[in-house]
Amino acid sequence: MSQGVIDGGLKPPAFPALARALDNRLVLSAIFMFPALSILLVFLTYPLGLGVWMGFTDARVGRPGEFIGLENYVSLFQDSVFLLSVFNTLVYTAIATVLKFGLGLWLALLLNNALPFKAIIRAVVLLPYIVPTVLSAIAFWWIYDPQFSIVSWALKQFGLIDRYIDFLGEPWNARWSVIVANVWRGIPFVAICLLAGLQTISPSLYEAAALDGANAWQRFRHVTVPMLMPILSVVLTFSVLFTFTDFQLIYAITRGGPLNSTHLMATLAFQRAIPGGQMGEGAAIAVAMIPFLVAATLFSYYGLQRRKWQQGESND
Amino acid sequence: MATVEVKAARKSFGATEVLHGVDIDIADGAFCVLVGPSGCGKSTLLRMIAGLEHVTGGEIRIGGKVVNDVPPKERDIAMVFQNYALYPHMTVRENLAFSLKLRGADRATIAERVKTAADILGLSQLLERFPRQLSGGQRQRVAMGRAIVRNPQVFLFDEPLSNLDAKLRVQMRTEIKALHQRLKTTSIYVTHDQIEAMTMADMIVVMHDGRVEQIGAPLELYDRPANLFVAGFIGSPAMNFISGQQKNGAVIAADGTALPLPGAVARQDGRSVIYGVRPEHLVLAGPSEGVPATVDVVEPTGADTQVFTTMAGQAVAAVFTERHEFKPGDRIALRPRLEAVHVFDAASGQRI
Repeated sequence: MSQGVIDGGLKPPAFPALARALDNRLVLSAIFMFPALSILLVFLTYPLGLGVWMGFTDARVGRPGEFIGLENYVSLFQDSVFLLSVFNTLVYTAIATVLKFGLGLWLALLLNNALPFKAIIRAVVLLPYIVPTVLSAIAFWWIYDPQFSIVSWALKQFGLIDRYIDFLGEPWNARWSVIVANVWRGIPFVAICLLAGLQTISPSLYEAAALDGANAWQRFRHVTVPMLMPILSVVLTFSVLFTFTDFQLIYAITRGGPLNSTHLMATLAFQRAIPGGQMGEGAAIAVAMIPFLVAATLFSYYGLQRRKWQQGESND
Repeated sequence: MATVEVKAARKSFGATEVLHGVDIDIADGAFCVLVGPSGCGKSTLLRMIAGLEHVTGGEIRIGGKVVNDVPPKERDIAMVFQNYALYPHMTVRENLAFSLKLRGADRATIAERVKTAADILGLSQLLERFPRQLSGGQRQRVAMGRAIVRNPQVFLFDEPLSNLDAKLRVQMRTEIKALHQRLKTTSIYVTHDQIEAMTMADMIVVMHDGRVEQIGAPLELYDRPANLFVAGFIGSPAMNFISGQQKNGAVIAADGTALPLPGAVARQDGRSVIYGVRPEHLVLAGPSEGVPATVDVVEPTGADTQVFTTMAGQAVAAVFTERHEFKPGDRIALRPRLEAVHVFDAASGQRI
């Protein structure tokens, strides 16, 4: 080996202090984290902080408010429309989530079997998720139209009803209608996530269970469900978060009507803050969603923690 | 415990036939090893016996009863999978108890059977662990435990040792054999490793391309392989083959070297044959009585010395239990032990 090669390998750096700083783990990790951290701060932490702050003020559009403490919250808890929106949001989230998971799991199980044209069917399943929300909302709005509803028309043709259903004119009809629209949009996400989970389950587990004497239901109950739990709880959390904060679908189909019966907390917050101009009150409504969301996230987090069987060494 | 009979069993996946009529009779309490190279259909056959694959043609009987259309859980068999297929969300205890629980056994029976199985396999200290917390060998034992708690008619093993390291594989091989000697349950064991087959089996079924090549006891296959495939597959290092023509009670190789024939082989001058002799059946001889060979590579393992040579223009290996200081390029002479020479017809590959 020649002397020149060794010199080339160990040439002193041009900026020794900088080189040493870059060798420091703390400095290096700070540099690597900077881009992600700045995005989080600017686009998430700042708006969240601003929202929380505005909830404690009487800000209006075009006029920075003054700190008024908990006044917004106190008045909200006496506001029947707000309480109705909380009720609506809980009903909407609970029913839609149950339906999405029931149907999504069923669809995932179907798709996990050997089906003809499997690839095409899987692509079709994703369609509701791909279509822009507002576009599908308009389609549903048309489907629920009091005069031109295809559902009413079809039921009438079959002789099941004698007058058109007022889908969006009655409180409970309207609630069910928006729930159906949300479920239709939400199923693909659930189904595809659960399908991915199902495909990670080793077929030999099912064979072992079959030889152990398990029938189809027992294989589902003792193999599929427990193996799917980790992904199920993550998907459940996301689904609950998305549904709880839903805005577009409601705003495009009913705008919260009739008689505020489909107002969710998100749509009410928007309506009070922007068209209504009461920024402070709108912000307070939005902030009131946070405890629910935190509770849903914690539920999933601790749900994940408890699964001891996933921990430990994996050498397969 | 039960006999297992496979009668003209066929299996097709779509248009591809992977088993072309297989006949095997396994006696009650026997340890039968299905051995063959990858893709020979041995695992498929095992899965057909388990009921995990549909039988396209022929019959499978367990304990005399045709089980072609009997679902797996009613066949009273237990299977150990290559990847163990332990339920990851259950502890070792729950894994062992699962089948009994499904059959509605009462708590006391379950506890007792699990304890017995755990004692046999040395799992008593591990019952509360999850599969992830176990080593490969421990998982392997749990998989066997899951099979033995049920006390089934037949054990099926699908390459159970192939995920273990070499040392553990040898140890578990002995354990499985000891377990079989203790429980005496009819066992069918699939492997591609002929050493496993030789060491464990009462009866070996050599399979190749969806057909049975030969069935017999391990030493029977070693001593009297029915055809070239079995001769080349059984035994390690593999048998040497030299092609040539029969002439005047010898086989003349392509380069004119004469190889001595045992007296039992029918004289038929001009017949094309394959001359087979195992490396361990070649002895070092004086130049006048042996076949000349040139040393290419010497591999001393301590216990024996493997010598790779060129003899009659073809690669021939020899194994000596005594030590030799050969150098590459040395000229030596090797004498086949006549009683251990195998001769096969070159066209059909069948033993002569």
